[in-house]
Amino acid sequence: MTALLRTDAVSKSFGGVQALDGATIEVEEGSIAGLIGPNGSGKTTLFNVITGYETVDGGDVYLGDQRITNAAPDKVFSAGIGRTFQLTRVFSRLTVMENMIVAAQHAERGQGRLRNPLARAGGPATRRRATELLEFTGIVGHAGALAETLSYGQRKLLELSYVLMAEPAIVLLDEPAGGVNLTLISTIADRIRELNQRGTTFLIVEHNMDFVMGLCDQVTVLDYGTAVVSGPPDVIRTDPRVLDAYLGTAEDDDDIAVG
Amino acid sequence: MGRQLSEAIVDGILGGSVYALMAVGLTLIFGVLDIINIAQGILVVLGGYLSYVLSVHLHLDLFVGLLVTVPAMFIVGVAIQWAFIRPLRGRERTSMSLLATYAVAIIIEGILYIIFGSNYVNLSASYTTTGPKIFGFYLNYIYIYGFLMALVLVVGIYYTLYRTQFGRTIRATMQDHTAARIVGINVNRVQALTFGIGVAVTAAGGMVFGATGGGFNPNTGYDLISRLLAIVILGGLGSIAGAMVAAIFMITLEGVVTVLWSPSWSVVVFYGALVVVLAFRPQGLLGRKAARAQ
Amino acid sequence: MSQGTVNAGPAQAGGTVQAPAGRDRRATAIRLGLLGVLLFIAVIFPLVITNALYTQFAVDTMIYVGAVAAWNLFSGYTGYIALGHAVFFGTGAYTVGLLTKQWKLPGGDIFALLPLGGLVAALVAVPLGLIALRVRRHTFVVITIAFFFIFQLMAFNLSFTGGNQGLSSPFFLWSASDYNNPFYYVGLIIAVGTITLSWLIRNSRFGLQLLAIRDDEDRAQGLGVRTMKVKLIAYAISGGISGMIGGLWWFFIGQALPETAFNPLFDLTVALMAFLGGFGTLAGPVLGALILEPLQQWIGITFTNGYVSDIVLGVLFLAVILFLPRGIVPTGAEFVTKWRVAQARRREPGPGGSAPPAPPGSPAASRTSTPAAGTPSTGTPSTGGVR
Repeated sequence: MTALLRTDAVSKSFGGVQALDGATIEVEEGSIAGLIGPNGSGKTTLFNVITGYETVDGGDVYLGDQRITNAAPDKVFSAGIGRTFQLTRVFSRLTVMENMIVAAQHAERGQGRLRNPLARAGGPATRRRATELLEFTGIVGHAGALAETLSYGQRKLLELSYVLMAEPAIVLLDEPAGGVNLTLISTIADRIRELNQRGTTFLIVEHNMDFVMGLCDQVTVLDYGTAVVSGPPDVIRTDPRVLDAYLGTAEDDDDIAVG
Repeated sequence: MGRQLSEAIVDGILGGSVYALMAVGLTLIFGVLDIINIAQGILVVLGGYLSYVLSVHLHLDLFVGLLVTVPAMFIVGVAIQWAFIRPLRGRERTSMSLLATYAVAIIIEGILYIIFGSNYVNLSASYTTTGPKIFGFYLNYIYIYGFLMALVLVVGIYYTLYRTQFGRTIRATMQDHTAARIVGINVNRVQALTFGIGVAVTAAGGMVFGATGGGFNPNTGYDLISRLLAIVILGGLGSIAGAMVAAIFMITLEGVVTVLWSPSWSVVVFYGALVVVLAFRPQGLLGRKAARAQ
Repeated sequence: MSQGTVNAGPAQAGGTVQAPAGRDRRATAIRLGLLGVLLFIAVIFPLVITNALYTQFAVDTMIYVGAVAAWNLFSGYTGYIALGHAVFFGTGAYTVGLLTKQWKLPGGDIFALLPLGGLVAALVAVPLGLIALRVRRHTFVVITIAFFFIFQLMAFNLSFTGGNQGLSSPFFLWSASDYNNPFYYVGLIIAVGTITLSWLIRNSRFGLQLLAIRDDEDRAQGLGVRTMKVKLIAYAISGGISGMIGGLWWFFIGQALPETAFNPLFDLTVALMAFLGGFGTLAGPVLGALILEPLQQWIGITFTNGYVSDIVLGVLFLAVILFLPRGIVPTGAEFVTKWRVAQARRREPGPGGSAPPAPPGSPAASRTSTPAAGTPSTGTPSTGGVR
């Protein structure tokens, strides 16, 4: 097994607050990796620097052998990293199908469609794929509806669907189970497993421990911007450093999550 | 040349302080309401006309007149906010507020034209034409008085913001409307009062402007608002210190270019400076970088 | 506002957009027919109404229809409110003016210069866009205003622009009775062309990218959209068309002065037209121009005191913003949708057969399943086309 995604001693500070302090993590190809840690430990910031939404102060990010440190978000996405956001971000005044087509840039670029920039958006192949993905996530019935009419859970599913449009090698999910009901949580977990079986690698930030422990092969614990321990769920569950990380923050619970 | 240059610099700093005062009002309004008050320019002119009426018809001293015009402009500001800003909601609120305040500006401009005509008006008093000789040129007292008044008012605004309970509610509202509501701040009231304060300072600014410059007519509002916009953006939107620094920098720069090059190019340099700064520092001199992620 | 409250259940959301195919076709036919009638009226207008005052209004209106469509192509689609398009309008006017003078072109030939004026304006838009499009919202608005002042002052100060004397256009030798017509038809061609282009863009990949930027620019970039490039292209296209229209305006008015070619009211009028009709929609801004420009002209001749007409205009501005904030077209569309839903409810009083959530089918099954089954609306965005 090789590391598909690797951060090497990544640091990032916001006005004196050290959000990431030499964070080194590795995600193996074909795995479902979890990233946990107390509030403000730098999980979302790590996602942001990996996907180009923030620049690093030091350290490097690699996708396979390719160095993608500080690449712009569109470049990171084209390289094969998709992500979702903690608070869903969909294009609210576009329809669900149009949302899917926006994310299909990468897939369509290879098809010679660039020749005519005014051609109707989304060729048959794109639409077929979008429909399949929406069926897969169970929101195909809303394909023609404006994204702003979706419920919160449906938006999460849409976000997952459109990220998949570009067939990313790895998908970063920021709290996929946050704020959604139990039925949907298990649906989401099922979908992640299925996609993983098809070859998609995942890195998941999540506070719901049952979700993480049940789904992930490998869990990394982040504390004060540093990866303190990494291992299979069973090992993590019993590691004293994990307890330290969570309990140690009880006194100084400063939330520095900038994202 | 040396004398002209030092005159330009002194004028720039003293005159710039008056722009700073008007710009602080504008940036304060932006910070709390997240809108740009396009009417700020014409409101300065309105403030100037109020002073003019009081001094010509009631023979009130210009500075004494401020005791009337500042509260009057405060009320005007609160009324504008209540009637035209408060009702704006939804996604295009930013653009709508630009158009709404612009419409207010057009209406006020039209009314001023009908009442006062297009002749330029100057505010005059004994201290607008006399003064001490420094660095080889005569500096009228009004520049010094105006500078001191701007200083007092800006310090007063600073003190209010950072040392009083009301200031804390304003700053809390600037940071986060929702959070401010949660901790029990009446955001609507804070917004109305802030708009009032932001407009009230134009009365003082307008008086000094009318007494120092080459006079004003209703059309002067455009010139003023475009300068003020450039200043607040250069300083960094919402930054009070930035607005003050930028005002003095820009007005001095303009004066210096007038001396060294030509008056007709000084305004080009004025806006050019803004473009150049923003090309390298999109958030302005003292503005904070907007977070890109959530 | 809580996002959850606007959630429509699966059945509702699916149902409202899935109008029967027959009605869809009929609606399209009605729309096309309506467009045809409008176009016909536009084409014959100066032949039927020959009063020079009215045809002059008509030329002005066409100029604004084109200008607002061009403005909307950038600002409406991306959400970046540009208040400096007068830069491009004026650049086009001055370019065409200077070339006419230089080459001493006669008569109607000089209409051929318009694309050149547009090209120069588009070229000017590129460096300006590279600076301005790095900032957003208020800062973007103000930096476009700053560009505007720089260009106006340059027109005053530079020697080749004729300073405050401006540039006069040659007088055309065609007959006085239908003097306005050539301008009108050229204006109509530009306007129709711009609207068609807007429509094509709205349904294209490029257009979707622009609309995605309007909704969440950073997210769009995170999904692979090259946001800067896309915004810049739209800005340049929009600026280029504004430049062509500026050139036309110069021929028509006969003189470009720094304060009229680079007119601060130009952008505000255009923005107001767009908001009146419906910001970001296709038909809205055009409708706004068709209503507002003649109205403005009418106010201008009714209230002979210019200041009074300004005040009336300001009051009108405020009335639109306060009472019709979303514009005529979106408000109207919402009304129609509500009415249709009410109609549909009346026809089918049942619970509306909620579709069961798609079963978690195996990956293989979901890959091979036919997409069309049971979801006829999937491929047709309900907001596409003319709205």
